[in-house]
Formats: sequence, C-alpha cells, structure tokens
Amino acid sequence: MLDQSIIEKLKTIVGGENVATETQDLLCYSYDATQMEFLPDVVVYPGSAEEISRILRLANGEHIPVFPRGAGSGFSGGSLAKGGGIVLVTTRLNHILRIDQENLLAEVEPGVVTEHFQLEVEKLGLFYPPDPASLKFSTLGGNVSENAGGPRAVKYGVTRDFVMGLEVVLPVGDIIRTGGETYKGVVGYDLTRLIVGSEGTLGVVTKIIFKLLPYPEAKKTMLTTFDSIDGAARAVSTIIGNKIIPTTLEFMDYATLQCVDRRFNLGLPAEARAVLLIEVDGDRELIEKQAAKIHEVIKPLGLVEFKVAKDAAESEALWKVRRLVSPSLRDVNPDKYNEDIVVPRSKVPDVIRRIEQIQQKYDIPIVNFGHAGDGNIHVNIMIDKAVPGMEEKAHDAIAEVFKAALDLGGTMSGEHGVGLSKQPFIPLELSPTQIATMQAIKKALDPNNILNPGKMFPAG
Amino acid sequence: MDPLKRVEQELKKCVKCGACRAHCPAFAAWQREPAAARGKVALAQHLMKQDIDLDDQTYLAMSKCLLCGSCVEKCPNEVPTDEIVIAAREALAERRGLTTFHQAVGRVIRNRKLMNFGALAAVILGPLFFRKVPATSGLRLRFPLPFVGGKRHIPQLAKKPFLNRHPEVIQGEPGKPRIVFFVGCMTNFVYTEVGEAALALFRHLGCTVIIPKDQQCCGLPGMSGGDLATVRELAVKNLAALEKYDADYIMTACATCGGALHKFYPLVVGKRNPELQARLKAVAEKTVDAAQLLQQLGLNPTETGAGEAITITYHDPCHLRTRGITRQPRELLQGAPGVELTEMEGADKCCGLGGTFNVYHYDTSLKINAGKSEAILKTGAEAVVTGCPGCMMQLSDGLKQAGARTRVMHTLEILARKLR
Repeated sequence: MLDQSIIEKLKTIVGGENVATETQDLLCYSYDATQMEFLPDVVVYPGSAEEISRILRLANGEHIPVFPRGAGSGFSGGSLAKGGGIVLVTTRLNHILRIDQENLLAEVEPGVVTEHFQLEVEKLGLFYPPDPASLKFSTLGGNVSENAGGPRAVKYGVTRDFVMGLEVVLPVGDIIRTGGETYKGVVGYDLTRLIVGSEGTLGVVTKIIFKLLPYPEAKKTMLTTFDSIDGAARAVSTIIGNKIIPTTLEFMDYATLQCVDRRFNLGLPAEARAVLLIEVDGDRELIEKQAAKIHEVIKPLGLVEFKVAKDAAESEALWKVRRLVSPSLRDVNPDKYNEDIVVPRSKVPDVIRRIEQIQQKYDIPIVNFGHAGDGNIHVNIMIDKAVPGMEEKAHDAIAEVFKAALDLGGTMSGEHGVGLSKQPFIPLELSPTQIATMQAIKKALDPNNILNPGKMFPAG
Repeated sequence: MDPLKRVEQELKKCVKCGACRAHCPAFAAWQREPAAARGKVALAQHLMKQDIDLDDQTYLAMSKCLLCGSCVEKCPNEVPTDEIVIAAREALAERRGLTTFHQAVGRVIRNRKLMNFGALAAVILGPLFFRKVPATSGLRLRFPLPFVGGKRHIPQLAKKPFLNRHPEVIQGEPGKPRIVFFVGCMTNFVYTEVGEAALALFRHLGCTVIIPKDQQCCGLPGMSGGDLATVRELAVKNLAALEKYDADYIMTACATCGGALHKFYPLVVGKRNPELQARLKAVAEKTVDAAQLLQQLGLNPTETGAGEAITITYHDPCHLRTRGITRQPRELLQGAPGVELTEMEGADKCCGLGGTFNVYHYDTSLKINAGKSEAILKTGAEAVVTGCPGCMMQLSDGLKQAGARTRVMHTLEILARKLR
C-alpha cells in the first residue's frame, strides 16, 4: 500500500477527480488482454506532459513503480502493475494536435484511438497504414510503445516506420523531444527508434509525429483457397517473387478453417486445406493487372478456388472469414496462448511443418493463422486450464515453437512484445551481451528502476 | 440462487480484449474502465466469487450501463454483457435492497390504477404536475422529478390515455390477420398519436386489432434498477392479457416494450420455470415490431404515407437494432411520397435513455444525447424519425436543449399521414 501522503501529492498534481483508489477502480485496471491480473495501488489520469513529469519526479524520488497504460488491450502484460504501484493512464491525452497536408505528417497525443486517427486523416485523402487488430480501441501511444504491426505491414511496414518524432517524459521526469518533422536527420543518436517498442520501460510518450501517405486510389480483395497448406505457403513467396507486394497476405490453416466453418458455415470447397486472403491497393489499372498476375502465378500451386470482391460490400464479406477466426477458436478449447512468431517469409512452409510436429508431440491443438506475407504467424495453442498438466505441457510446446522460429532465422514476437508473457523465453533469442547492453540503457535512463519495472528482461 | 450463477458460463467467456471500449456509449461518456463492458464483466466476476467486498462500490458501476447491446453485437467472444449487468443488478438489489428510487419505480409500474391517476392528475394540473408530483405518480417511471434537474424538457401528457379511447376489439375483415397491440406506457400516456397511427395503419390493411385493457407496463424500467421481482410480476400479468386472444401477431410500436416481450422476458423471467418459459417463448415468437409487420403484410406507403414534402433522418432504437430491424423502417419511410431521408452519422448509436439510466445519470445521458442531437442537426433534416417512444422523449429533450426546432416523429406517424 502507498502512503496516503503520496496519494495526496498525486491529487495535487492531477486533481482529485483524476486519482482513483477504490477497489473497483483498481480491479478494472488490473488486467489486459493476457488475462493476468495485478492490482495497482492507485490509478492516475494525467492531462498533460507536465503533470506526467511531476508524477515521475515524485515516483522517482520515492522509488514507486509507475506503469504507463493506454487502452489496456496488450497481449503481453506490458501495462500490468506487477508488484503494485501507480498505473498511469494516458487516455485523457486524446487530441489530434494537427494534420499537416503540405508536409504529410500529423502530430497527436498518445491517448488517441488508432482508428479515430485513421478516419480523421482519411477525410483529407491521407493514409496512416498500421492496422493492428485492436485498432478500433487501442491507443496510438500503446501502438508506439509496443511497435504494433498488422496485416498491412507486408507493404507498408509497422508503427516504427511511421514515427518521425516524439515527445517523451523520461523516468526521472525530464521532458525531451526526439526526431522531428523531417524525413532526413542524422544529428545524434536515433532516440526515436529506441523509444518505439520499448514497452514503456524508458519513458512515457506524450506526443507523436507520424508520417502520412496519400490514400490509395483503389483496392482489390481476393480470397484464395488451396488444397494443401504447402501450396498456400508457397503462394506467398511466389507472389512476392513475381515482384508484387500485396497490401495484405493473410493466412488461415486447416484447423482454423474448420473452427470457423463449424460455427459459421463458410461453404468452402471440400478439398480446402488452407486459405490466403490477399489484398492489393494502388492505382485502379495497376491493381487489376496485379490481381490477374496473382491468379496466374498461384494457379499451379493447388488453387481450388479464387474469389474476387467486386465492391466494398463483397470485400467486407471476404474479410469476414478472417474476422470470425477469434470467436470460433474457443470451440477447440476454452483457453489459449496466442503467440506471434515471425520467420523470413520463404520459411513459412518450414515453420508450419515444425509446428505440426510439435502439435503431434505434445498432443495439444495448435491453430495457425496470421500475416503470412511478412512471415508473422499467430500460433494459437489451445488448452483447457482446468485439465491438470495441460498448462505445463503448453509451456513446453511454446518454448519449442519459439525455438523453431529462431532456428529458421526468425523471432519469437513480431507484434505483441515481451512484457511479462515472453520474459522467461528471452534468453532463447537474446545473448547475455545483448541483454546487458539493453539493461545498461535502461539503467542510464531509469537509475531507480521505477518505470514499468519487472518487464522484458529476465528476473534477477 | 445467486442471479449471477445464471451467467456463470457467460462470465468466463470474457477474455478482457477491450473491443467493447470501441462501442460502449457509457465508456465513451465516462472514459473510465469501470464504465466499459469489460470493466463491468470483471467486477461481476468478483461479485460472483464474493472474494472482495464490492457491493456498495459496484452498485454505481453497474448502474452505468444503458443495456443497449452494442458491446454484445461487437464482442469477438459474444459475451452477453447486458445479461450479466441485469444479473449483477439483481444480485446487488437482493443483497443491499433496492434504492428508494427504484422501490418507487416498482411500486408505480406494478399498479395500473396509480398510473392512470397520475396521467389524469397531469392533465388537470398541467406542467405543475411535474413539480408537485407525489412520489407514487405513474410517470415517475419516466419522469421522476426529484432526481431530475430543472433543465429537462418534459413532453405534454395526453388528455385521455390511449387505452381509454378504444374498445378492446376492433373487428377487421374476415381472413385478415388478428393482431394484439401491446401499447406501452409512453404511447398510452404521452405519444397517443403513435397508437392512433398504428391503429389506422393496421385497420387500413383490414386487420383485426385487439387492445387488451388489462395489459401492464412491460417492466423494463424496473429491470434497469435490478428489481426483477417487479419485472416477473408484470410479465406474468402481461402474459395473461396477451394470451387471452389467439392472435396471429403481438405488435408493439415501442422498441423497448418489444425488447421486453421478445428478449428479456424469456431471459430473466422464466429461466427456472419451464412451463412459464414455454408460454413466454410462445409470446416472444409472436412479437413483432409494427414497421416490421407492416412491411411483412405488404403495406404500400405510397397509399398511406403521402403528404407534404419533408426531409427526415432516422434514429435506430437499440432494441430494434439488436433485433436486426434497421432496414424495414427505412424502406417504408423512403416509399412514402414527399419523404426524403438523409442518414445521420452514427444512426445506430444509443440516444442515452437506457431505462432509468437517464434519471440516475442525467448529465451523462444528456452528454450522450448531445452527440446525437449534433448528428441530427448536421443532416439539416426537418424531422428525426424513430421507432421507439422512449427514444422520442430523449431525442426531444436533447434537441430542445440544443435550441433546435427539429420535429421528433415516430415511423408510424409518417406512414399514416394520408390516413388522418
């Protein structure tokens, strides 16, 4: 429990109505999408960078842990108050400060919801491509801190690729700006890139300058069905080998299709073993050509059906197949571990085969789908926590899945981050020297280890 | 049995992904997690386990739900947060007792005589009624003045309630459908013109219209306070009134009443009584919305809805939207000569009434409503049209607060323009 005098000081900084200490409030800020729960001591809702600076100075002086939090929709426990302390919610900072059409950039506060920002720039014919699945409710601050990706990363890249500059409150309370409004800029270290994806361990982001693109003229959605998982996996590298970079290349394996079909009756051909949802965007004529070319090059790979959406409504209908995946999975088993490994895209067939072997070895259902276009596979290990021993088995299976990804030149997490969930596995991917280097940076910026402590690095 | 046990399995379905944050109007207004569906589910989980003493604190959190069903429609795991909140409210009411306000609501809606008295008193006393209304007035249900600030614009009451104006059975042509009309309090006491329009339209189609005199309030305002005992009592009385005639359809012109008969009665009333449940389900299956039924019976709005040129925009009542009734009223309205429909932004968003929510959280209800008014005004429409008298009252209040003169009308009023 925090001393009452600390609570009073927090109230002085942000105002009494922006400090919550009732049990019901604490409970509602104890979870994220991992379903882990850690009760904080207090929740604060600051309204400015200056207030955040004063909170961090106070916390740094008193050695109180502070956990920055956006929408609390993370998949790694990165915003959870493990060990207790102050949860610092950034959702009051929810203004789009400016959209600069001449320089194709926008400046926003971290609490803006991703989709809201996208819709606002689209009104001006502009485009902010990063599209994490949670975009309707996740915050841009959270996206930056976790370096969120999404289906469109195949062509456009991830959040990091759109961040030009930041305003950050450092753990000791200093406010700094990093980067700026120019694409070029080589003076000093690239602190912007250091902060992006640092999972709230190095600073609290309070302003973000995003690069924007012109909104593409048109898009085309295709649902392609294959008679083997291998055919679908090879289609991915074949399309890109033919110098076409689709906007998205979403992949669903047989187990996934069965789940969705059981619930929603997709009417897929009987020989369907895998599906690729492909989207291209750009000039109207160009995408017509690209769609035709894609059809041509994937035909020999066991293609059993090729559906093209004629309009936005049909496109939405095709996407629905992908969107129905999550609600369908629970029919396999009530609990799941949702991992997000990445391999070089040419290695997708190999990693799928390795996962199949792991599934057989441990006799646990594993359902795979995801962003095959950039090698990012969502590996869902479906378990029932009520069955004794299953959780332990799943843990071992996860470690093997990670090892498979690493053996093939990949990484254990493409989007979700380390947080608490992947912490135990970090030594599989990072060498002791790499970890020591990162910890040296952490120590330099946060000497008292008050900002999101106990995350990312192995305990001890 | 603890009402929360009823939703034990549903409670487990929530994985705290946060998707509801994008759709919950209460969260949009408060911007704090306990107001979001996910927060309420988390609190309900602890209420069920009773591992933390939360009863007093969570009472307020649980009151911050409009039961609009938006989160349920959009939830990837199909968590029925509306059912969970109803169960939590019931559990809290059992453990702590009802609030004075909700006790009064229950006392009034259980008693038809009190309601009629209230209505008559209002006609005599006019606007004064609302300032001097006794706590037992029938309309406390919708206008419980002691809880409402002076800002609220309250609609005029009808001189004679709808139910007192017509015989119980209005015979139609032989071979045409027999329809029981469940009128609802708002239509009976305030928007009687909606009832008249419904009557005119179904008589135009040759239907026999039956208006059982012993029908009661649907009880949903009681449900929003956790007073399930009252809901059950009213459900049983209404069941008797509605079953008396072997009708082809049970028709409502109020989205909320329709929601009660169609969804909430079987959900919260009959679960532990199979015989009662079978009867409630039979009624639920026969229950249709007026616009839905008019279209089904082949109403031609060019015959009945012609009138002066009018620009309108349409608001989707939550309790029609969640039943999938969004297309039918629009198609009928657009078929009425002289009517030009412009869609508003967020037509499917809750108006903020939410049973007794608008009383308990009037300022927040107003805030939600202000966004609605803004969207309506942006269309430049002369009238906003909807299928729920509850929404009508709320929309009128919001538009008047915004200083606008936009008319608020029911779908049926437009469709029956030429029958007047």
